[in-house]
Amino acid sequence: MKVVLVPVAEVSSRENRMDSWRTQKPAIDYSTCIRCMICWKFCPDNAIMYSDDGGYQFPNERLSKLEAPVIDYEHCKGCGICANECPEGSITMEMEGGE
Amino acid sequence: MIRTLQKYNAIMTGNEAVAMGAKLARVRFISAYPITPQTTIVEKLAEMIANRELDARYVEVESEHSAMAATMASELTGTRSYTATSSHGLLYMHEMLHWVAGQRLPVVMSVVNRAIGPPWNIWSDQTDTMNQKDTGWMQVYCESNQEALDTILMGYRIAEDRNVMLPLMTMEDAFVLSHTSEPVNVPEQKAVDDFLPELDLSYRIDVDRPMGYGSYSTPDGPFMELKKDMHDSMDRARKAIRSVTAEFATSFDRNYSGLIEEFLTEDADYVLIASGTLASTGKYVIQRLREKGYKVGLIRIRFFRPFPADEIRKAVKGTKGTGIIDRSISFGSGGNTFLEVSSSLYGTDNPPLYGFIAGLGGRDVKIEDFEEMFRIMEKKEPGQYWINIRRGD
Repeated sequence: MKVVLVPVAEVSSRENRMDSWRTQKPAIDYSTCIRCMICWKFCPDNAIMYSDDGGYQFPNERLSKLEAPVIDYEHCKGCGICANECPEGSITMEMEGGE
Repeated sequence: MIRTLQKYNAIMTGNEAVAMGAKLARVRFISAYPITPQTTIVEKLAEMIANRELDARYVEVESEHSAMAATMASELTGTRSYTATSSHGLLYMHEMLHWVAGQRLPVVMSVVNRAIGPPWNIWSDQTDTMNQKDTGWMQVYCESNQEALDTILMGYRIAEDRNVMLPLMTMEDAFVLSHTSEPVNVPEQKAVDDFLPELDLSYRIDVDRPMGYGSYSTPDGPFMELKKDMHDSMDRARKAIRSVTAEFATSFDRNYSGLIEEFLTEDADYVLIASGTLASTGKYVIQRLREKGYKVGLIRIRFFRPFPADEIRKAVKGTKGTGIIDRSISFGSGGNTFLEVSSSLYGTDNPPLYGFIAGLGGRDVKIEDFEEMFRIMEKKEPGQYWINIRRGD
């Protein structure tokens, strides 16, 4: 029986969407992305996932066999660290809601 | 008088008595940082653990802020936890006090009331705990070593009441209680176990049931409702305090009468309101004045949070004057108890109110000082007065 209110969250913090926090949004150019996953490693919010659905562009056939980074736009806060770290310059930051 | 004659079976200082209270309450976790005049409480508990008289974990930390953080973390796992501090150490804990109360953790902490510098001062003064009155902790001011011990036991019962779930701090006056030996009745462990069952915390850290603790809330989230519930729980605590105190009286034959203790107030023309050991001197003076035919009485505030507004309203009704003694001051306004009593009586047919600031930094409040307070109430205009203050030449 709940008698007093206790500030605990019984739902996962994944339910907290962060997309409204963003002013800029990262976009990956898969035609130049070498699948190094440095963006995945540096993302402070675990908002970059692995994907093996293969439906992305790729710079060459060999790289088409590797998993690709995919941004979880519900949890990405738009900090731009991924774009800054990308060794190929494949991630660009675009203004939210157009220029 | 509220205490019945009883068999004493020990002589102990206030600090030894609260350490014994924590042991009897079967606390399982203690974390503290030393500060005079609290240190001997946790020293005693550390000794009990080392001697295997108490089965608890003792965690040494580098500050009071960490002590309360560790106590909070431990309590969150559903373990009955305890800490103790004083003065500047308590102020250093201030942030964590809000976290423990806001997280609805029924921690009990002993505080030995000591002045806040500058100038550096280790003596009795209530400024340290009055600074914490808005943190959501219940506050009890004790008058004797026996009460200090018993309040730990009652404290856990009240704090852990499912209608309350708020932490509680219990106070002793520096040195007057903390380092002074008095005869004490130490109850049997079996009787304490019957009175105080094991803690069963509904929301505890459990790897099989993951939950978010201390998560965040937007303005539209439950933030405001959670705060209102804390305030409502303080209201519900009044009921819990009365019933736990009554049950304690039945089990241990010591009756602390609830949120306040009234001493010869029934027919009194003039009433003093005090807390802690100042009330003891006050009662002595009142007995002497009664012998001379003066109709005087005293209200001892035990609980400052929740504040006993109804009890005080009833007790001072019809007096010719009510004086409120404060061993602390809110600069630019007045004595903290004076302010609380004044607002409790707002809109009622209240008696003239006199605020007395006394005993700051451990300055003795003597028999003459109490007589002076009664003289002021009889002769002077209502207002706030400083007692035994040296005038500049």
